[in-house]
Amino acid sequence: MTTETTTVPAAAPAAGTPLLEARDVVMRFGGLTAVGGVDLTVNTGEIIGLIGPNGAGKTTFFNCLTGLYVPTEGQVRYQGQILPPTPHKVTQAGMARTFQNIRLFHNMTVLENVLVGRHTRTKVGIVSAILRGPGYHREEADSRAKAMELLEFVGLADKRDMLARNLPYGEQRKLEIARAMASEPGLLLLDEPTAGMNPQETRATEELVFAIRDRGIAVLVIEHDMRFIFNLCDRVAVLVQGKKLVEGDAQTVQSDERVIAAYLGTPMDGAEAGTESTTSTESTEENQ
Amino acid sequence: MTDTKTLTTELPDGAALRPALRMPVVVAQGLAIGGGVFTAVSAFLAWTYSSSFPGDLTINGYPGGLQWLTLTAGVLTALMGVLAAVPGLRVLAPGNPGNATLLFAVGGVAVTWFTLIAIAVQLHGLVNLTSGGWIAGVASLVALVGTLGLPRAPGATTCAPTRAEWLQTLGGGAGLLAVGYLLHVTDNGASGLVMAGAGVVLIARLCIVLSRYTGPTPTLRAAKRLPVALDVVLMVVMLAIALEVFAYGVDTPYGQLFVGFLAVLCFGFWALSQSGLLRRATEVFDRNRAVAAVLGFLTAAAFVFVQQSDADAALGVNVLIFAATALGLNVVVGLAGLLDLGYVAFLGVGAYAAALVSGAVTSSVHATFPFWAAALTGAAVSGIFGVLLGAPTLRVRGDYLAIVTLGFGEIFRIVVSNLDGVSGPNVTGGPNGIVNIPDLSILGFNLGNPHTILGATIGRFANYFWLMLIIMAIIMLVFSRAADSRIGRAWVAIREDETAATAMGINGFRFKLLAFALGASLAGLAGTVMAHVNFSVVPDPFVFAGPVPPNSAFLLAAVVIGGMGTVSGPIVGATLFYLLQQKLTFLQSNELLIFGVALILFMRLRPEGIIASKSRKLEFHEAEEAPAAQLSTAGA
Repeated sequence: MTTETTTVPAAAPAAGTPLLEARDVVMRFGGLTAVGGVDLTVNTGEIIGLIGPNGAGKTTFFNCLTGLYVPTEGQVRYQGQILPPTPHKVTQAGMARTFQNIRLFHNMTVLENVLVGRHTRTKVGIVSAILRGPGYHREEADSRAKAMELLEFVGLADKRDMLARNLPYGEQRKLEIARAMASEPGLLLLDEPTAGMNPQETRATEELVFAIRDRGIAVLVIEHDMRFIFNLCDRVAVLVQGKKLVEGDAQTVQSDERVIAAYLGTPMDGAEAGTESTTSTESTEENQ
Repeated sequence: MTDTKTLTTELPDGAALRPALRMPVVVAQGLAIGGGVFTAVSAFLAWTYSSSFPGDLTINGYPGGLQWLTLTAGVLTALMGVLAAVPGLRVLAPGNPGNATLLFAVGGVAVTWFTLIAIAVQLHGLVNLTSGGWIAGVASLVALVGTLGLPRAPGATTCAPTRAEWLQTLGGGAGLLAVGYLLHVTDNGASGLVMAGAGVVLIARLCIVLSRYTGPTPTLRAAKRLPVALDVVLMVVMLAIALEVFAYGVDTPYGQLFVGFLAVLCFGFWALSQSGLLRRATEVFDRNRAVAAVLGFLTAAAFVFVQQSDADAALGVNVLIFAATALGLNVVVGLAGLLDLGYVAFLGVGAYAAALVSGAVTSSVHATFPFWAAALTGAAVSGIFGVLLGAPTLRVRGDYLAIVTLGFGEIFRIVVSNLDGVSGPNVTGGPNGIVNIPDLSILGFNLGNPHTILGATIGRFANYFWLMLIIMAIIMLVFSRAADSRIGRAWVAIREDETAATAMGINGFRFKLLAFALGASLAGLAGTVMAHVNFSVVPDPFVFAGPVPPNSAFLLAAVVIGGMGTVSGPIVGATLFYLLQQKLTFLQSNELLIFGVALILFMRLRPEGIIASKSRKLEFHEAEEAPAAQLSTAGA
């Protein structure tokens, strides 16, 4: 048990190797271009932030990466391989995600939720499940041990038998992360993991993301909370109207005028492209 | 927050805990116990002058027919009343014995007054009741009055019904019954329907009021472990009682007795769960699962010894076939959450496949397979049809799938009635079907021949009952093991949220197809036995909806009423459905109508089904369970 870690695909985190490479990803819905040619590279051991005003195409881009949408143009490579455009194969390949609006299996217990996450790393078929040979029991015990280890990791071990729907909001987010980690990903995609959280919970999530990175899992995170993003991320990409405006470390992005303009709007002459009135309040505070 | 506020403003202080009728506790206890005894004794009186009411209730000194049920309810009321009154006996009824006494008393009132009304209706007039009948009616009401005055358990703090609601319920019911009676004495044809409808509505309304009065089933701390030997003895005794009760229900020779039986059974069951005894019983079975499974199987097998008539054994085997098919459907509906409205077709595929290879003269395939091969053929062919149906249709979700499966069910029936050599190739024999299917022969033993074991004659249907029981055990094993594994979790995940499930790496289409195939082959397996039991396979029974049980609508109803996603739920549901259909023949053409009303009311009262899985119980009774859940969160 001790010889195995939960991070099989990224067992040797040689920092700097490209893990995820998205090239020229375009996603059109009819006449609407939600994502218009975005490049993004995530290296092993990195935490990358993806920010942008509401409707900038962040979640759509996420869905293109995870196979929920098939990109109209461009390609997404994971560890050099082109990703198949089906969500379950993407997870199989080693990319796991959480959802903006929590999508747990509400009527399953906490432990069962994580066990479902183990799906791609287990093989038991229907015949084996019915006959219950030694292989079945070994795999099931192994799955349970790993699931419990993950629940310990996110701090939900004592709630293993509760129904997911009965968990408080913040713990549902944690459970979703544990469930995603159960598939032993090399890259974890978090879609607004601190949405609706109070400052303490946000800080706890920050710690959790660092701990995840320390386990050798790269993280790509969408967030609106600027303090959270700039504390956390090695690099931040800014998406505005489906295009990548700027990418760089926290300093670069924070001081970039176009980013400020995109979030706050340009005061009077408003000629700048991408002036949206969708300025969220927390970003207003952040950029003062 | 707002909810509790409205509750407290609506009710005067402490009303929630006040008994419905205020009287000194001793008086209430005396009335409850005395009323119970009185009811039991009154069952020994003659209730009517005429012996033309079934069961012969004209004899003083010996109960007959429905009077036995009154006797049972009276004795149970008195016993539970004693348990509620004596604090030292608390361990025997750890839940709410007061509530249990009330529910037994309600059962007594239900069966006694049902009998009295049935006598008056059937023999045309109240004059047919003797003083004994009136005494029984009053006695049961005395017990009810007493139990309504018993102090309420401190746990029952849910919003109690107001006096107006009690009056409305009782007055409304009485009014409807009076209208029905008037229609009856004026010889109006609708009287039976009005009476039955009034009865159903009255009972449902009463159940709602009662469930609010008693509150949810009390939660108990687990009892101390008993020695295993004692557990086994307890299980044997409980199973023997269950078998005896079941056999009594199956053997009820006339519909009135079955209705009375159901009334006592339902309220009795409710009373046992309120008393906490049901919980204790499940604890005993839960901690000795393997032994319990074996004992349960043996008990079921003993059914043919308890009921030796061939008709009852035939009923038993048909119930088992229906239940096995329902369990197969439960894979599709209960676990994977796919609504299948044409499921009975898979039973048909299995039956036809077995009939074709049975060696019947009318079969177009001139082959005779041994049973094991025929069973595998039936299951495999059915599974293949499941895949054939699923592969194109499982790409659509929800309502669309239901329509497609409904279409498949009908297509199957129409196709097999046309493959008769005239409209198409002769495969199934058309509307005449495949007839004269020979009896099975397993290991040289012909299941058609009766034989004698321990002095009891085991007839043809009893042989098939045992065979079907073995198949049922296999199906239960397959279902429970598949459900509690990686596969079952994937199905439930798809049911809960398909997008999230695929994001967890589950190939949604493949697993839905697997559920379809497994469910279909379980039904096919049941179908192989059905072909031999019925001697013939014809297209008629495999319809979407009809008055006779194995049809898609009844199968679905059995799963939903029984409890989706559980092993025992569909079995209980299927058994209940089959017996109801067999026993309530006196309703004649109104049967399906009453049935529909009952279904609606049942879903209103207990949406999670008779046997609820843990999660579904929480899903539908969140409001009641919420305080407990919050407490456990705070504690953890």
